[in-house]
Amino acid sequence: MNTERNASGDAGLAAAPGDGACLIEARDLVLSFGQTPALRGACMSAAAGEILAVMGPSGSGKSTLLHCLAGILVPDAGQVWLDGRRVDSMNEAERSALRRDRFGFVFQFGQLVPELTAEENVALPLLLSGLRRASALHDARSWFGRLGLDGLEQRRSGELSGGEAQRVALARGLVARPEVLFADEPTGSLDSLSGEHVMNLLTAAARQQGTTVVLVTHEPRVAAYADREVIVRDGKVSCLSPERAAR
Amino acid sequence: MSVPLTLLGLLEREPSHGYDLKRDYDAFFGRGRPLSFGQVYATLGRLARDGKVTAGQIEPGEGPDRKRYVITEAGVTEFETWLGEPVTPEPHLQTVLFAKVVLALMLGRDADQYLDTQRGAHLQRMRELTELKQTGELVDRLLADHGLFHLEADLRWIDLTSARLGALAELVRPAPAPRAGSR
Repeated sequence: MNTERNASGDAGLAAAPGDGACLIEARDLVLSFGQTPALRGACMSAAAGEILAVMGPSGSGKSTLLHCLAGILVPDAGQVWLDGRRVDSMNEAERSALRRDRFGFVFQFGQLVPELTAEENVALPLLLSGLRRASALHDARSWFGRLGLDGLEQRRSGELSGGEAQRVALARGLVARPEVLFADEPTGSLDSLSGEHVMNLLTAAARQQGTTVVLVTHEPRVAAYADREVIVRDGKVSCLSPERAAR
Repeated sequence: MSVPLTLLGLLEREPSHGYDLKRDYDAFFGRGRPLSFGQVYATLGRLARDGKVTAGQIEPGEGPDRKRYVITEAGVTEFETWLGEPVTPEPHLQTVLFAKVVLALMLGRDADQYLDTQRGAHLQRMRELTELKQTGELVDRLLADHGLFHLEADLRWIDLTSARLGALAELVRPAPAPRAGSR
């Protein structure tokens, strides 16, 4: 249960983070699954255009933190802010619209829709936003050359290698030019070389678009692509390096 | 990186002037720490003294670099022996890092805080190497990868040590002094 709900959007705006560069912020998040605490006062923020790595051991709460920031989970206590708006006090429809219109997602196993072709998978966020099918597919196709996927537009997920499927998932996460891309172990299922390829493409595309990236990973070599990292331990967040302006 | 052995290796490829050796060393092995000409000629002088290379006659022309160096049989043997030996795997058990953690625990300091500082420093170096990989040529990328994997291994050790700090503290902290009168 959220004990600090703010029903008034105006009041929420007034209490927005003072730092103009801060785009998304978690303040003192607390969340339990039944009797098991997952977050115990987690705080973090990411600046516009920043690539932030969220590290930590298995079960530390880093994915739960990502899900709270992305409006997938609602914390029991604490606040989530996006660009001056409270996310945690939004209703499900508002959070769903936020995820659709302003956020992109990449998960560990791509999670492509197996019935759709690769280009239809990439076009999905645009179709859900109401773009006409022809325009959505046109935009989607423009990503295939960029991510080294030429010729794979009509394949289904079962006909793609792990690295190819993850690059299709990356295109799907970025095609709608989201303000924030949430990437949860995006290279976790890939070998070193494929993982490196995905990270090079992810960071280059995000920087080109000015997309903020919240990157959950337990791999230091993946975190090294970020501008900065935080560590989640036992549901709390520690900072390792001083906050720096995004490159 | 052993400069004399690397120069011997370059000379085994073909007889070369000092300038050629410096150019190739800097391109493949220097990586931001180029050899000075003084270092090149001093090394070649020692190798010549030890019979590993011979210096040819001074060739006609301008400039100081007019001797061509040739590797000797003794030089080839030394180089091949070195090449065939594995590099000693460093056990890394008595590193500065380990010493600092143990000392911090012995002294009742916050070892976790120290490990976090070290994590931050390691990740910062990994970021620099990752940037080098993204902008550099293949040789730079391979060298950066080597550094990244080693730093990652250190980080794994830091993570495990962090998880075991409680047990380590019990081991290294001195037992409480016996009360007066007790035996």
